[in-house]
Amino acid sequence: MLRNQGRREGSPFTGVGPVFVKELSDHLSSTRMLVLTLFVIVFGALPVGFTLQTLREVTQSDQYLFLRIFTVSPQQVPISFIAALTFMIPLMAIGLGFDAVNSEFNRRTLSRVLSQPIYRDALLLGKFLGGLATLAVALTALFLIVFGAGLLLLGLPPRGPEVVRGVAFLIVAIAYGGVWLAVAMLFSVIFRSTATSALCSLGLWLFFFLLWPMIAQAITTGFMPAQFRSVDEVLSLEQFSSALQRLSPGTLFGEAVLGLLQPETKAFGDFANLVMAQTRGMIPGTPLPFDQSLLLIWPQITGLIAGMIVVFSIAYIVFQREEVRA
Amino acid sequence: MSDPLEADNVIEARGLLKLYGSTRAVDSIDLSIRKGEIFGLLGPNGAGKTTTILMMLGLTETSGGSVDVLGFNPVRQPLEVKRRVGYLPDAVGFYDHLTARENLVYIARLLDIPRRETDGRIMEALSAVQLAEVADKRVATFSRGMRQRLGIAEIVMKKAEVAILDEPTSGLDPHATFELLEMIRGLKKSGVAVLLSSHLLDRVQSVCDRVALFNKGKIALMGSVVELANQVLGAGHPILIEATGTDVPAALKGIEGVQQVLPDGAGIWRVVADRDIRAAAAQRIVSAGGSLTRLAELQPSLEEVYTRYFEEARRAA
Ligand SMILES: Nc1ncnc2c1ncn2[C@@H]1O[C@H](COP(=O)(O)OP(=O)(O)OP(=O)(O)O)[C@@H](O)[C@H]1O
Ligand SMILES: [Mg+2]
Repeated sequence: MLRNQGRREGSPFTGVGPVFVKELSDHLSSTRMLVLTLFVIVFGALPVGFTLQTLREVTQSDQYLFLRIFTVSPQQVPISFIAALTFMIPLMAIGLGFDAVNSEFNRRTLSRVLSQPIYRDALLLGKFLGGLATLAVALTALFLIVFGAGLLLLGLPPRGPEVVRGVAFLIVAIAYGGVWLAVAMLFSVIFRSTATSALCSLGLWLFFFLLWPMIAQAITTGFMPAQFRSVDEVLSLEQFSSALQRLSPGTLFGEAVLGLLQPETKAFGDFANLVMAQTRGMIPGTPLPFDQSLLLIWPQITGLIAGMIVVFSIAYIVFQREEVRA
Repeated sequence: MSDPLEADNVIEARGLLKLYGSTRAVDSIDLSIRKGEIFGLLGPNGAGKTTTILMMLGLTETSGGSVDVLGFNPVRQPLEVKRRVGYLPDAVGFYDHLTARENLVYIARLLDIPRRETDGRIMEALSAVQLAEVADKRVATFSRGMRQRLGIAEIVMKKAEVAILDEPTSGLDPHATFELLEMIRGLKKSGVAVLLSSHLLDRVQSVCDRVALFNKGKIALMGSVVELANQVLGAGHPILIEATGTDVPAALKGIEGVQQVLPDGAGIWRVVADRDIRAAAAQRIVSAGGSLTRLAELQPSLEEVYTRYFEEARRAA
């Protein structure tokens, strides 16, 4: 085939704006969004409610009491707010993205839209940004609700550093949603059937949440020597295990959030923490300043963003080769 | 690089080729569409009409040859082409949850039409296709004919210089078809060149200035309907004779110019001659004692051209 008969002309971003605005307004007014929001509020409210109860009974002074709303697992339900989010953000993102492209195809609007002065890149990017903005709106609302509830029930305002960490957490949460939005959109480009694409996204999501930890564990066990001969050996095995786990976006998000919302975090992994404490003389329990925490989780954040970009690029390449006709 | 367009051509394809694997969906066609004409692409299913159209819009890659649309190359300058060309895909779809107006607003935004002009242009376009009253109804409630008209409204709003319509009348009842063809004539009247593909031959015949007959990716015949009829059905004047009381073929024998006399039902004959023999035929039949009930000149029909051509193509194969 004769490809590339010279460079194409015109900006690849022509038309991103209108697509973005339309997607955003479609999402925000859709019933689906309402259902997703209800879902998140119900699942988010449960841990937060119980956590606030638990926290009210704590009397000792805690510098970061406000952030504990997110991280503490209450006694009644064994799940913290961020654990619930780790689980739910992908679901929201999949709900927003699983039919992004194939629904246009099935409604037969795709060829009509693509016959306007717009490149496919712009259509895909506009849809992605629209979905991401919707996610951002929903997460920000949720975040404000939790902050508000904390304000009311704990009766004290968050301190400056807590607010900074909270906002950073929000940004990481949106990036995490972006990864899954890109995944869902990739499947929506690959499969013409919306049911198939939803099923594949959800399948991948279940895989990372249920199977991958077990598989990573099994692989690590396979590499375990009969006897550890040095501290380094234990440490490197733990690092290997972490590296495997970090292939799951959920792990990256979990660690990044832990670093942000639990300022005492200095390393990831039990043994690594122990070693940190002994070799560097760091006392467990003392919080790190914000910039140190940010430095600690920088790899996780870049990992999430890189993952998002890679998956989006694959979706773009697949879309570029697709026939538009019905 | 392709050569610049000839002065009054809006679309020009030279050696245009599309391969799907080893099948030649469009096989090196040459085609030019002139300013202000209505051009029909005809052919059986799978002949390559839609593929040709998609290549003209830069919606699918070409495998060879060149296309020029309004002086732009759809492969390298798709945005320029798509700004100026309106496209109505076959089985056109709209966003059902939006109203007719909202659907057009989205397209207006994509076209970057200035905001203060948008409203006026949309209402103008909707009036032109008689959808002004339902401008604020959701498209979900629209019939197939209304959707098709909304598609035309989009082209009107776009102020396209060329309109490409893929099977615009498929699935429409005769009345809706008639209305749609009127709108296509309206486009032509406002100076838009129209390229349309269709199966409804007799309808197409009434609007098209020229047609191209596709067969297996190639253009088999191209020209005005009369030209094609001469090419396929033979030059001359086909006439229809209805008479009783005499042996018509015998009576016509000996008239100069008669080529064929074919029975076409009880007491009906179809005669092909190389000149107008109506007067002579009438005289012979009457003087032979027959009563002549009908004597009509047959308009060459595209349907006939089409059927005959493909019969012959099949026989030749
Ligand atoms: N994506 C594809 N992959 C392989 N072959 C294709 C593809 N799209 C079309 N074709 C083939 O290309 C040929 C031309 O198809 P095209 O759709 O252009 O025909 P058409 O004249 O528009 O037919 P119809 O009247 O049914 O719309 C057909 O033989 C078809 O099978
Ligand atoms: Mg077709």
